[in-house]
Amino acid sequence: MDIISIMKIAFKSLARNKTRTFLTMLGIIIGVGAVITMIAIGQGATKVVNDQISSMGTNVIMVISNTSNTQSRARQAAGSGNLLDEGDVKAIQETIDGVLYVSPVYSTYGQLKYGSNNWRGSIAGADVDYFLIRDLSLEEGQYFYPSEVESGAKVCVIGKTVADNLFLGEDPVGKTMRIRHIPFTVKGVLKSKGASSMGMDQDDIVIAPYTTTVSRLIGQRWRFMTIMVSAVSKEKIPMVQEDIMNLLLTRHNGTTRDDFIVRSQTDIAEAANTVSKTLTVLLASIAGISLLVGGIGIMNIMLVSVTERIKEIGIRMAVGASKRDVLLQFIIEAITISLIGGLIGIIMGWSLAVILGQTMNWSISVTPWSILLAVGFSCAVGIFFGWYPARKAANLNLIDALRYE
Amino acid sequence: MDNNILISVKGLTKTYQMGEVYVHALRGIDLDIDNREFVAIMGASGSGKTTFMNLLGCLDRPTTGTYLLDGINVADMDDKAITQVRNQKIGYVFQAFYLLPRTTALENVELPLLYCRKMSTKERKEKAMYALEVVGLADRAKHYPNQLSGGQQQRVAIARAIVNDPVFILADEPTGNLDTRTSVEVMELFQKLHSEGKTIVLVTHEFDISRYALRIITFRDGKVISDVPNNDVHIASVDLKKLPRLDIEEEVS
Ligand SMILES: Nc1ncnc2c1ncn2[C@@H]1O[C@H](COP(=O)(O)OP(=O)(O)O)[C@@H](O)[C@H]1O
Ligand SMILES: [Mg+2]
Repeated sequence: MDIISIMKIAFKSLARNKTRTFLTMLGIIIGVGAVITMIAIGQGATKVVNDQISSMGTNVIMVISNTSNTQSRARQAAGSGNLLDEGDVKAIQETIDGVLYVSPVYSTYGQLKYGSNNWRGSIAGADVDYFLIRDLSLEEGQYFYPSEVESGAKVCVIGKTVADNLFLGEDPVGKTMRIRHIPFTVKGVLKSKGASSMGMDQDDIVIAPYTTTVSRLIGQRWRFMTIMVSAVSKEKIPMVQEDIMNLLLTRHNGTTRDDFIVRSQTDIAEAANTVSKTLTVLLASIAGISLLVGGIGIMNIMLVSVTERIKEIGIRMAVGASKRDVLLQFIIEAITISLIGGLIGIIMGWSLAVILGQTMNWSISVTPWSILLAVGFSCAVGIFFGWYPARKAANLNLIDALRYE
Repeated sequence: MDNNILISVKGLTKTYQMGEVYVHALRGIDLDIDNREFVAIMGASGSGKTTFMNLLGCLDRPTTGTYLLDGINVADMDDKAITQVRNQKIGYVFQAFYLLPRTTALENVELPLLYCRKMSTKERKEKAMYALEVVGLADRAKHYPNQLSGGQQQRVAIARAIVNDPVFILADEPTGNLDTRTSVEVMELFQKLHSEGKTIVLVTHEFDISRYALRIITFRDGKVISDVPNNDVHIASVDLKKLPRLDIEEEVS
């Protein structure tokens, strides 16, 4: 008998027992749906973290003085300061091999004003290298010049969010805005880096020469500097990190390694990936359990249905169905259930992921491989858990099957 | 050899093993049944009638002995050939009807056609519908077994048995679950099929039913104890006129 006819028989049989068919499918629907949703959430989280880290720039190393450490604070009070200064920046630039760009970064916060428009934004006081370290390109206008940094010129480059909110469609380049009442000339507008979904808007920034920032906006007493360094290559990063640490220890008498944090982009990415890997493993195990339960559910119902259908099998064989026909019918039923269940599961899982993404404001990412995995799984479940009951059905003795009560 | 012989069995035995116990259901049967015969097999319960029918129907294989069907030794046939014989040469009617539940009368009748050569859906439906017409149930084609009376279910089963135009029909106590009038109606159907050229082997333990056959074979303890022509053949359609009508059953649906 040809396979098409057996498929018809199998489909009819499934359609005839809609409740049983649906209950069998439910396990697969939930299992596959869970896999798609969980992987979408896990992948989404990983993607956010990775995007954020790579948006820091290329081969970036951050140098911070560690103020959270109580011993450091005690040493600081005793006079052996670990606060970074411009001398450190210069030393890093001049003495350490493998350093491409270096820039101090002073961060502050303040009221921005243009005409009658107000905006509160974060302000970074930096050197010209900062743009290169962080891969900040211009939408329009220019960066500020090294000479403007040297002279402490009141100029700035602004991010897209600041431009939109303060200038409301006007071209900001060449205009004068006020940062904490001090007039600054806007030299350029940065290309958007996109809003990160972790709540930080990377375009909500004003970048001004660090000299001007310190003298006009922060004041000498409150200066707290971060140094951003970019290494010539990824491979050089560990070496540069170590050299910077040693340099700082010699330049700041009486300090220890605990007093500074010299962290590279790779370090941060690794730490973040450990977290997101744990998350993915956790989510995958939850999904895995529902898959397993779904598979067992299929086998269970299939087995029950063989027992329930012994008489049907006997009748079919008596009127001319061969062992092969019965075997194929049961396998096709199982595969159909898992394929349709898998398909519904993909749709449901995908929808759930999208809905979760929107309502919870999570980033989600439905990857092709997770769909492939789900489809592959549902096929495998169909064949694996369908084979045994099908064999059982086909090997029934005709007379016993007919006599079965 | 008489080429009118359809079934020829020699020394047929069947022994079932139930744990330590051997049950000798058939102890050596020798029989010939010609084409176009209408045979009734009688005998007490447990005398081996069903076992014999299962062997004739190729639903089971004998322990010893030979069974020639149309001159071919069934023992020499492989599974595939036997499946084909079941599908195309033989029509079965069982005491318990054995219709598929949740399946319409028409679809039940179609069943043997699904397992035979490729056939268009239309052709299949037409054949099944014709078989239902023969048994007088064309108007119940879309009904499910649980919406039909016992007599109607048995007639659907008979339609299924004849849909593939088999050479012979095996009926194992087809009236066992039916009341008197319905039983005679079913026998009327068998007599009609016989007159149209089918060979019929029918098992019954009721004397009244055996009177509609032309030859009566009696079994006892797995052996044939008598094999005689029926000298007093009843005509079911005539008997029906004498029986009171129980119209209640026809209203059940
Ligand atoms: N599948 C079986 N397994 C074991 N014993 C069986 C089986 N089928 C029938 N028998 C036994 O064989 C004998 C004949 O049974 P059966 O052919 O059904 O008789 P009948 O149909 O005349 O009532 C009985 O004793 C019965 O119990
Ligand atoms: Mg019996």
